[in-house]
Amino acid sequence: MINTEKKVKALDAEALSLNSVSLWQITWRRLFRRRSAVVGIVILGILVLIALTADLIAPYDYDDVLIGKEPVKARQAPCIHMLGCPQDQPQHIAGIDGNVRDEFSRLIYGSRLSLMVGFSTVSFAIVIGAVLGALAGYSGGWVDNSIMRFMDVLLAFPSLLLAIAIVTVLGPGLINALLAIGIVSIPAYARVVRASVLSVREMEFVSATRALGGDTMQVLFRRILPNALTPLIVQGTLGIASAILDAAALSFLGLGAQPPLPEWGSMLGAERNQVFTAPHLVFLPGFMIALTVLSFNLLGDGLRDALDPRLAHIS
Amino acid sequence: MVQYLLRRLLSSIPVLFGILIVTFIIARVIPGDPCRAILGEKATAEICERFVHEHGLDRPIHEQLFIYMGEILRGDFGESIRYSMPVTRLLIERLPTTVELSFAALLVSLIVGIPLGVISAVRHNSWIDVVTMVWANLGVSMPVFWLGLMLAYVFSLLLKDTPFWLPPSGRVSAGIPAAPFYDVWNLNVPESGLLLAFYQFVGRLNILNAILTSNWELLKDAIVHLILPALALGTIPMAIVARMARSAMLDVLGQDYIRTARAKGLRQRVVIMKHAFRNALLPLVTVIGLSLGGLLGGAVLTETIFGLSGVGRTLYEAITARDYGIVQAFTVVIAVFFVVLNLLVDLSYSYLDPRIRLE
Repeated sequence: MINTEKKVKALDAEALSLNSVSLWQITWRRLFRRRSAVVGIVILGILVLIALTADLIAPYDYDDVLIGKEPVKARQAPCIHMLGCPQDQPQHIAGIDGNVRDEFSRLIYGSRLSLMVGFSTVSFAIVIGAVLGALAGYSGGWVDNSIMRFMDVLLAFPSLLLAIAIVTVLGPGLINALLAIGIVSIPAYARVVRASVLSVREMEFVSATRALGGDTMQVLFRRILPNALTPLIVQGTLGIASAILDAAALSFLGLGAQPPLPEWGSMLGAERNQVFTAPHLVFLPGFMIALTVLSFNLLGDGLRDALDPRLAHIS
Repeated sequence: MVQYLLRRLLSSIPVLFGILIVTFIIARVIPGDPCRAILGEKATAEICERFVHEHGLDRPIHEQLFIYMGEILRGDFGESIRYSMPVTRLLIERLPTTVELSFAALLVSLIVGIPLGVISAVRHNSWIDVVTMVWANLGVSMPVFWLGLMLAYVFSLLLKDTPFWLPPSGRVSAGIPAAPFYDVWNLNVPESGLLLAFYQFVGRLNILNAILTSNWELLKDAIVHLILPALALGTIPMAIVARMARSAMLDVLGQDYIRTARAKGLRQRVVIMKHAFRNALLPLVTVIGLSLGGLLGGAVLTETIFGLSGVGRTLYEAITARDYGIVQAFTVVIAVFFVVLNLLVDLSYSYLDPRIRLE
């Protein structure tokens, strides 16, 4: 059923908008029927809200050193008035970090960085991967061969190690870390797009477009790439999760975000030797990373099931 | 079969070639001067000139590439600039740590992950299933370094004076005798060569060496030290394996031949183990093969946290110190290891499913 839908979709511009709306509606409905996906959407929604309103929620600036402003010490444990912390002490619900800053505010501002990291690296990887994959799948021959063999070489390295190597070449820093993770994740998207291109390249609606005088660009972007959208969305959502994890790992090693940026991985890395004396400074940033990654994983799994035509009978 | 193997090996040659070139390029384009990075304050212009000449860094770049290729093909990885010793020796020293760690992590992930996945598929929608899936989702989302530090906090600090205490770092405690098996057995050890390398490699695999030499004290100590790193590194693959085992089993359990098997009156155990699980193994093995790369990457982080001098940590330190020799050799070894593992995964398909013929 989906297949005929696709053909109709491609032939008729008007039908395209009508059909795609209903397809997305079905997807949404199926997505919301899965409890785990709903949990993911809710967590993600809260995180996005926190990131957008960080200036309003955070009691302090992320780089506000409190020495001389408040009677607090470096790496002080959390002090929450409702849980019995004396009223005469300033409240810091996530404690104080190694540079005498409010950890809670830093955690809040960190959500911006993590979400930005996830979306930007994956967008970068999808754009480059899609172009390479489409080029490989559509041209075939030596172009296909050389592109995909190069992708194989990239895949032969464990992704984190390759990312470390690339960052070392580019120099440490948040932007370079993003670039490295983006480059490392290109092969996955290139493969997805190439597979979709190969599967629809010989279909009638593609030949029809060509017969009607459509040029290569038109065929690729208007006819073939839309068919790769579904797997790309799923792969991309799950890819955001692993991109956030990898970026946090690079920052943990000191290769990603540099101080004073409140990146969760680097916050954790800076205090890792204090895990026995100030465990909150290690636990909380890692917990936020896990929560963010979890929300994208749940959403990605939900999308995969919701977009799977084999499970169409469920809806 | 042999033909397939040969063809697969041949087809991985371009990839291996690509790996060599990429590692060579990466090592060369790392900014910064190796002389200054390694000698630090002592690096005067004069000393640096000699240093560059001694290490062949003043030759044209393509010449360096050819020399490098030739050396690698002869199994000679050159000299580590930083440690001033042959990279091969360093590799033999460091590789056992990583091999032990990855195997332990893989073991953890399989021993825990497969039964969890199978049980939650058999008891679909029961509380076991729900708990397993929640755990699996959490497991794939946790950063390795965070999990490692938290495990160290709980088992090394909170449980300090209990029998559950576990050491937070190192491979063995100080003062534990760890004589290598070739000394205990009074073997004739050659002065150099492949056999010596092999002996030393095995001798440094603490657990295997302890079993070979019946050194139970060392065995216990090595295992105790390995538990936390293995748990930290094994959790993500464990979660992936559990999820895959569950979905593969659910797929298989819905097939007609399972109903037939049940209708024949076979016991549940036999149906699950012989008829269902064997068929679910195929996708499972694929996923295990894929997660091995993550395992090797995660080893860098795990080794850093638990103070283990393994391949991952050494490579990370070498990259930051611009030690070309180590960067090239270790990356190549890891990548080749990875290619070989994937080949093994492909080969195992035909063993698991005789319908698949490798041709």
